Formats: sequence, structure tokens, C-alpha cells
Amino acid sequence: MTWIFENWDRFWEVTEVHLRLSVVPVLIGFALSIPLGWWASRSQTARAVLFPLANVLFTIPSIALIVITPVLIGVKILDEINVIVPLVIYTVALMVRSVADALSAVPGNVIAAANAMGYRPLRRFLTVDFPLALPVTIAGLRVATVSNISMVSVGALVGLGGYGQLFTEGYQTDNSAKVFAGLIGTVVLAALADGLLLLIGRLLTPWARAGR
Amino acid sequence: MIEFRAVTKRFEDGTIAVDELDLAVEAGTITVFVGPSGCGKTTSLRMVNRMIDPTSGTILVDGKDVLAVDPPTLRRGIGYVIQQAGLFPHRTVLDNVATVPLLSGWDRRKARTRAAELLEIVGLDPAFGKRYPAQLSGGQQQRVGVARALAADPPVLLMDEPFSAVDPVVREDLQNELLRLQAELDKTIVFVTHDIDEALKLGERVAVFQTGGHLAQYAKPAELLSAPANDFVASFVGRDRGYRTLTFLHADVPVHPVTTAKLGQRVTVTDWTLVVDEQDRPKGWLSGVDGEVEITEKNLVSGGSLYDGTSLRGALDAALSSPSALGVMVDDNGAVTGVVRADDVIKALAKARAAGEVPK
Repeated sequence: MTWIFENWDRFWEVTEVHLRLSVVPVLIGFALSIPLGWWASRSQTARAVLFPLANVLFTIPSIALIVITPVLIGVKILDEINVIVPLVIYTVALMVRSVADALSAVPGNVIAAANAMGYRPLRRFLTVDFPLALPVTIAGLRVATVSNISMVSVGALVGLGGYGQLFTEGYQTDNSAKVFAGLIGTVVLAALADGLLLLIGRLLTPWARAGR
Repeated sequence: MIEFRAVTKRFEDGTIAVDELDLAVEAGTITVFVGPSGCGKTTSLRMVNRMIDPTSGTILVDGKDVLAVDPPTLRRGIGYVIQQAGLFPHRTVLDNVATVPLLSGWDRRKARTRAAELLEIVGLDPAFGKRYPAQLSGGQQQRVGVARALAADPPVLLMDEPFSAVDPVVREDLQNELLRLQAELDKTIVFVTHDIDEALKLGERVAVFQTGGHLAQYAKPAELLSAPANDFVASFVGRDRGYRTLTFLHADVPVHPVTTAKLGQRVTVTDWTLVVDEQDRPKGWLSGVDGEVEITEKNLVSGGSLYDGTSLRGALDAALSSPSALGVMVDDNGAVTGVVRADDVIKALAKARAAGEVPK
């Protein structure tokens, strides 16, 4: 703990990087998984392609993906894109299933009622299907966010990765306080992000706790 | 008015859900589509607002071909009540009811004012408006479902087995409420059910569908009971249809006076005595006993059904179900006006038959 206070500027700097490298992929991945999840919730074919693909992508070790990405997309090794792209892939792999399950779980008679009331498809998705899918979707988003916050550290292997750098530096200079500081940072950040999403979820879905 | 002209629906797997249906639903009436599952009654209903499109044939609503209107626009002009209400769980009751007005472009305040009026019309306390559907009972949810369908004041109301998921007592409440509403609103209602009793109770006209999407008979309830078109209709309508025909006969039955007594009184009774409360409402029967007795809840024999003076069925059932064989007749306030006897009902039936009032 003392290391954190004595090196506050440095700690804050890696915190910022860590946060950016984990949150940006979650946002992009979430945005991508909504249309993909919607597709999977409607089409057996989409489901048969997307779900196994998501499983395979998720089993690729993060180290491998982070090291390979610069080669595949041809950017400089130190560019943040190299961490963001793999994490977007992991987020999508996790979230596609959450979104698809959440949308499939919207009761059929509610959807039939919405159609019978005269909703057009886009408005129905935005104001009926998606809001009803939010509780399950947000649960998935919490898992994806926490797992991203933990995985960002691997980026240290390519010279990025927020708290990960504290791990590598601490290991090389035999400074356990520095490693411990990175650990605390990761855990606190993950807990805060999880709590924030929980809170947002509660504010957005007051109906989910109504009655019975 | 809704008109089906040679309407056929064949699904992709080849099953024929509706087979050459010709049927005209009169404006301002409740028409019930009834039949076993797989008979095409729900498919027929759903073709009216294009939830399903026919394979061939024409459906006209108010003279206009529904296939010429784009589905969302068509649906906003036709009320729809679905099984188990199908309310939006994430919206308050008030916003659920305001759905169609909002879709049709009303401003929010006006739509909510209208929604609050509708809650009262369907018999719900406006305080329910702020709740979510999960905080309501099944019967209350279904009332909200009816309010939602009526919100934009559509001339046509489609009801797809709306009361099938609630218990019998609540169902009867909802049925009576629908009849009361219809007396005020005068909508053209198409009501789908698999329950023949519900069909006979609610329908001014009843269309009996037979498996294979075939319309077996389209008639008034009394006619279905007294003159079923074929064996299928006869068996679907049920075994005691002779008895149920009495529901639609309103002949006069002689009303006899009855000895009454009040709770707490000390009386000497030699024969069946009807015990009533302070407002003369029946509490139960006291059978003849030796000597003087004080009337308490304990020595009462509970009574049978009550006859409200409307149908011969009510009169006969009251007489048959009463421990004293005397059917208790009550007025609108529930106060006793006299008793009826089963043999008088049978005589009244014979008279009605002779006068040609019983459909053949």
C-alpha cells in the first residue's frame, strides 16, 4: 500500500491506461454483440455459426492473441490497438451469447402483443425487446468487464497493459510491493466497475424487482 | 363489420388451418369463434389484423380489404387482447394502456389522461396506474389488457382466449365485465375460446369450428343448443344441452311466498324456513325441528343457487339445488322476493314450447 502512496503519479498513470484499455474494448464489443446477438436470437443458422466460433475464440490464450494481433493487422507493436482488438474479440465472444439468450427469453406473448398493437420492427426492438433483455445483458456485461480488467495486464508483454507493467517491472527488479500494488489496483478497479454496472442496471430496470 | 370471403390458410408444412371460410361478423355484436385446438379459430382471428396473412380469399373490415393496408397501421385501428394479457413488464400499467395512442402520435400527457380514464372504465382503481404488471393479479392484468386494447377507441376488438388463464371465479367476473362494457361501448368484438360455456354466455352469434379449419355452424347460442348442424356440433356443445337451452328462455314462472326468519330469533318451525339477514338477503335454510329453537349460523343448511328472474335455467337450477326444493328468487339488491318450484319451471317450458319460443 505504501508503494501506491509514495508513487501516486505513476500509479494513477497506469490506472488511467488500464481503465482505457479495458473499458474501450467493452464498449466496442458490446456495441458489436447487440446486432450479432439479435441475429443469433432469430436464426438457427446464425446460432450454429456464431456460438461455436465464440467458444473457439474464447479459448485462444490471451498472450497468443495479443502477440499475433500486430502481425495480423500490421500496426506498431506498442500501439494500444494491439490490446484493444483482442479484448474486443473476447468481449464479443462472451456477450454474443448473453445478448442472444436475453433476447430469446423475452416472452412470446409480449412480443405478439407488441406486434398486434402496431409496433414497427425497429421501434419494437428499441422500446420493447431490448429493454426487456437488459437484466440478462447487463449480467453478461459485468462478467465481460471484470474479465477484461483482469486480462489487460497481459498486454504488458507487448509493452502496454496498465497494471501489468507493475507486475513485469516488479518481477524484474524483485520489488514485491510494486507487484502487490498492481494486484490491489486490478481488484479495486474490477470491483468498482462491477458495482457501477450493477447500479446502472438497477436504475435502468426498476420493473425487474417489482412485485411478488 | 368484418367479412371473410372464401378465406383459406395453408401453412408451409401443408396443414390447412382454415378451409374456405365464409363468414360475416355483424357490427356492434360479440361474435365468438369456438372449437377444439387446431380448428383454425385463432388463425382466423389473427388474419383480421394480419398477424397471419391468408393463402387465398379476402377479408374485409368495414368494406376495406385488410391486405391493402400496411400491418402496423391496420393494427393500430384494431384492438387486440391476447392470452395472459401479454402486458409489457417494463412499463407501468398506465404506460401499458397508453401504448397505442403513443404509437399513433398522441402527446404523452393526453395519452396518459386517456389511459387513466380507461382504467376506471374497466373497473380498476386509477392508483394501479403507477404499478408494474407483475404487481397485479391475473384478473387485474387481464383488465389492463382490455383497457390497453380499447385505448385508441378502435371500432373492432379482437380477443384471443383472453380469460383462459384465470381461475373460474375471476373468469366469470371478467366475462360479466365484458358484457357490461359492451353494453356501453357497442364495439364489434370477435372473441376466440375453446370453452363452449364461455362462447354461449358471451356470444350473440357463435361460430363453431371443426378440426381441419372447417366452419361447422354459425348461429345464435339458443339455436346451437336446440338445433346443432351435425354430430360434431352436438357433441361439442355437450351432453346437457337440453338443460342449457333453458338459459335462453325467459318465460314467467309463478313465484310463491316463503316463510322467513332472522338470525338470533327464537322460533318454532314445522317446515323449511328461509333465514335472512337485516337486508332480507338469504343466509340459509332451517329444516323443521321439534320445539322452539334459536336461529344461529350453526343450525342453518346452506342454500342452493339464487334465481334472479332472468332465465328458466336459473329458476330450475335454484329449485334443484335448494335443500328445501324451493328455489330462492332475489331482486337486484339480493333481497328475497319469493320461491319457485321445479314443476312450475317445467310447465313454463311446455308453455314456451307450445308458443313456439323454443327454437327447433
